[in-house]
Amino acid sequence: MAVVEAEDLRRTYKTTTGTMRRRSIEVEAVRGVSFSIAEGELFGLLGPNGAGKTTTIKMLITLLIPTSGSARVLGHDVVKDAQWVRKNIGYVFGGDRGLYERLSALDNLRYFAELYAVPPGEQRRRIDELLELVGLKGRERERVEGFSRGMRQRLHIARGLLHDPPVVFLDEPTIGVDPIGARELRATISSLVQAGKTVLLTTHYMFEADALCDRIAMIAKGRIVGEGTPTELKAQVAEGTVVEIEVYGVPDETVDRLRRVPGVRSVSIEDREQAQALLVQTAPGAELTTALLAQLNGTTVGRVSSREPTLEDAYVALVGEE
Amino acid sequence: MALRLFAKGWAFHLKTLTSSGFFVLVSVIQPIIFASIAFFMYEQGSKSGTLLYVALGAGLMGIWSSTLFGSGGAIQWQRWQGTLEILIAAPAPFLLVLVPLTLATASIGLYSIVGTLVWGRIFFGVPLDFAHPLQLVVALPVTVFSLGLLGLMLASTFVLYRQASAFSNLLEYPVWLITGLLVPLSLLPGWVTPISWLLAPTWGVKAIRDAAIAGNPSAWPAIGMCVLLGAAYLVLGWFFMQNFERLARQRATLSLT
Repeated sequence: MAVVEAEDLRRTYKTTTGTMRRRSIEVEAVRGVSFSIAEGELFGLLGPNGAGKTTTIKMLITLLIPTSGSARVLGHDVVKDAQWVRKNIGYVFGGDRGLYERLSALDNLRYFAELYAVPPGEQRRRIDELLELVGLKGRERERVEGFSRGMRQRLHIARGLLHDPPVVFLDEPTIGVDPIGARELRATISSLVQAGKTVLLTTHYMFEADALCDRIAMIAKGRIVGEGTPTELKAQVAEGTVVEIEVYGVPDETVDRLRRVPGVRSVSIEDREQAQALLVQTAPGAELTTALLAQLNGTTVGRVSSREPTLEDAYVALVGEE
Repeated sequence: MALRLFAKGWAFHLKTLTSSGFFVLVSVIQPIIFASIAFFMYEQGSKSGTLLYVALGAGLMGIWSSTLFGSGGAIQWQRWQGTLEILIAAPAPFLLVLVPLTLATASIGLYSIVGTLVWGRIFFGVPLDFAHPLQLVVALPVTVFSLGLLGLMLASTFVLYRQASAFSNLLEYPVWLITGLLVPLSLLPGWVTPISWLLAPTWGVKAIRDAAIAGNPSAWPAIGMCVLLGAAYLVLGWFFMQNFERLARQRATLSLT
């Protein structure tokens, strides 16, 4: 049985513009998203900012009512059976908000243990276990306001797991966390799946999705543009190669010219300190380096290299098509 | 279980509220201001023996301010710190989450009445002879409870309407006036009286004054009115909450600040 099922989920936001002449506009954040997650699976929802990841997750955790479509968690409808769903899921939002800053980590966890009806006799043991799991043991009596972003994030995870839910939703849990902190968080996330939980993770970090997820749905502009295991997704662009060209200031017209070179599938630009990197995905068998460099006449070019596609390239290709 | 959640929630929110430096400052200074207002009003008045009457009213002003800002501010504050969504998505009934919060803010107001009386005693010699201590011991918590529940009714609207707290700021002074905290209701125009009957502070201050001041009628009827109004606020608050929570999820206003 699928643990989480989304069927043609849609969500529209109404917003207004203008001060004197107010006009109401409708923004379609999610436009027909469907997927299902099997028991014990770590499913990733990968997409750029504003793609509809958070809106989708908020519909699944009962905080937003879908405009249309339906979703079920463990067979229960997230709108009709909201209370049941709330009891059986845990969720963690990225960022450092959502905690009672002036109180200690322990106070926060104790209060949420009450809200999640953790039996009084079990609270102490459960909180201890979780502090150990997220690596906050020994710091639990300190006020949250003094915590680093990574510590807050780990406290959030502990909060989300207090009632030992079978399904966990993690919305960009490593956002803004330093590399070592993020690595520790990823280890914690892996351990959740080992403990038998079903996890939905949203992220826009490719390597994170690649390293953690059993299956990934790529989402862009409110629609799912690709779905599969990381290997399957990479295979979609695997036949070609990626030429990476370091440039120092490249005009838009030049990028357009590169896109028109026969055999080029897509071109994207990544900012790297003073330089930019042009990532050119090419069709299989095409040896385009010379042709590409010819188009860059007049642009200062740095290092040029070609490599096998990564999940990020699959992402750029799929999301870029939208 | 519900009772435990209620008690734990109350203690938790009391701890959060009192851990703010701003709060500590306000709670020290505000009663001094209220006690001064009470004293100078008394000085200007011609009737004798009303110093305690005015001081009690001034003390209740503090409970009202604390409830109003606490309840309105509480929801807004939860929004700002991102905990409103977390509280709503928790399986505990939201009413059981919110009532302890509004009661905690009203309980803090209780300090205000004690503070006002203590400062009034120290600086202005307010006589603290209470006529019916037993009635007073009942009247005080009942008043705090009914004001807390009025706060709950207000707070339930803040779940949906982000702008409601601006409106709540406007309610501080009018309620001081029309519930007889500052001046006796008999001095106000007749049309104010029916409005004042619907507001718990009217009966709360009456109950406390009747219990404290010799020669006044028994405090029990006013205490009864506080209980009745409190129950009505609870029912209305619960009703609003059910609908507003759903509407907020439809309109996506929970995470907006």
